[in-house]
Amino acid sequence: MQKLKYERPVIQKMNAGLMNKFGTRTEYEPVKQIDGVSVKSLIEKYGSPLFVLSERTIRRTYQDTVRAFKTRYPKVQFAWSYKTNYINAVCNVFHQEGSWAEVVSGFEYNKAIGNGVPGKKIIFNGPEKTNEELITAINNDSLIHIDHFDELYQIIELCDSLTKKPRVAIRVNMDTGVYPIWDRFGFNYENGSAYNALTKIVASGKMILVGFHCHIGTYMLSSDAYAIAVRKLSDLAWKCKSELNTTIQYLDLGGGFPSANTLKGSYLPASDTNPHIDEFAESITQAILQAGFKTDELPLLILETGRALIDDAGFLLGSVLANKRLSDGRRATIMDFGVNILFTSFWYEHKISPAQDFTHHTEDMVLYGPLCMNIDVVRDSVNLPLLNRGDHVVVHRVGAYNMTQWMQFIQMRPNVVMIDEKGNTHLIREAESLKYIEQLEKMPEHLSSFNI
Amino acid sequence: MHLKKNIATSESGFIFNPATGDSFSANPLAAEMLLLLKQGLSVSEIKKNILEKYDVELSQLEKDWDDFAAQLKEANLLDH
Ligand SMILES: Cc1ncc(COP(=O)(O)O)c(C=O)c1O
Repeated sequence: MQKLKYERPVIQKMNAGLMNKFGTRTEYEPVKQIDGVSVKSLIEKYGSPLFVLSERTIRRTYQDTVRAFKTRYPKVQFAWSYKTNYINAVCNVFHQEGSWAEVVSGFEYNKAIGNGVPGKKIIFNGPEKTNEELITAINNDSLIHIDHFDELYQIIELCDSLTKKPRVAIRVNMDTGVYPIWDRFGFNYENGSAYNALTKIVASGKMILVGFHCHIGTYMLSSDAYAIAVRKLSDLAWKCKSELNTTIQYLDLGGGFPSANTLKGSYLPASDTNPHIDEFAESITQAILQAGFKTDELPLLILETGRALIDDAGFLLGSVLANKRLSDGRRATIMDFGVNILFTSFWYEHKISPAQDFTHHTEDMVLYGPLCMNIDVVRDSVNLPLLNRGDHVVVHRVGAYNMTQWMQFIQMRPNVVMIDEKGNTHLIREAESLKYIEQLEKMPEHLSSFNI
Repeated sequence: MHLKKNIATSESGFIFNPATGDSFSANPLAAEMLLLLKQGLSVSEIKKNILEKYDVELSQLEKDWDDFAAQLKEANLLDH
């Protein structure tokens, strides 16, 4: 006799009348493939856990976002925010689509140069720029965004020994009605220090003032905040023109649009609450068009959008290591990935789908990673179909910040693959090895041996 | 291991505890195990039964049975 398919026994309490915060069961569909490539075959070939990027999704998201702005405003340029995901293959997809590079360190700057981005299409942000890095950026004609007065004077000093005039902008912080204000970066608008910096730049005669930059926050839920930012930057531009006789060429509004990930602790999923990209585009472009610029002096609008362009394209595949029950009766499932590689589980309630068929029975559980650390919680309460040891899951929307902020802690970082538009899979970052990790270590002679 | 006397179960997996008003839903295997428990079968008889009928290794079933017992205990459905 053929034996019946087995599913481990579970009972679940029914809460009459109470809506399940995590949505109904129908939310769950097994995700067995990504862009036509089966999850099982990916794990067989590249191991588990595994990051997977969809080239098709990157391009489509980029094109949709650009279209939202270009159909509303004539001069738009995106600059890929390297820190969001600086695996070179990912950067190059954006560069192929026409994106410049936005970097916040010499390391990122050199990555962009290495990828072949022309120096004058690199925006150099951030509070730390060494003399050497600045000289390189100035000689490459890059756009240098000045963060503080010390940097301003640093550049003025460097100019004495250089023939090239640096092209600079200042980063401006301001009150846009969203708190806390990110006032540790750049020069404040309200207290006049931004204008003060502009007068010093122009008076020095040593730099070309080309634009203004701001980055008012990340995962912004208000499109109005951007309109306020545009108005304040436009006001500065107007003052620059009338009092300093300098016409500003661009307004760089930074990043900050939310992705479709749901923030921790929010009651509704992000898809129900977050403004659509069109709303941001409408607010920003309308604000510029109404700011009183002459038609031939409309500034270039630069955007450094990060997470909203890449989150959707990233998936993390993983496997169940074990199931257990906690002392208070809750079920705990231990995965082979944790906060070491899924840094964003500190911020988001990541959507997680089983990668194989399941019945309609579900369990509330805590999802833990494999680290021997209390903080290693992937989801502190999630309702999922029954998962067994060895089962695979797909974590959605992990493209932003994980592949840059991941920690080499207890475990090594796994393979990263990209599925191209034809469905071919490419290894774009190899899993780390012990040899790779230890190559920078040095052993003092007297510690090189022992007897136990 | 015994279920509390007044616990109502149905073949479709509905469990009701009239003493507390709590209700639970069981997946098919849990429902079947509960039914066998109600019929007074011993734990080892139930396991044997399941092993014959389902495609599962003993080690897996042992593990899942312990977990099932923990769930019943947590749900306050067992006689102590
Ligand atoms: C200067 C700057 N630009 C762009 C970004 C990208 O931001 P987001 O991922 O929120 O779009 C950041 C992120 O913090 C940033 O600091």
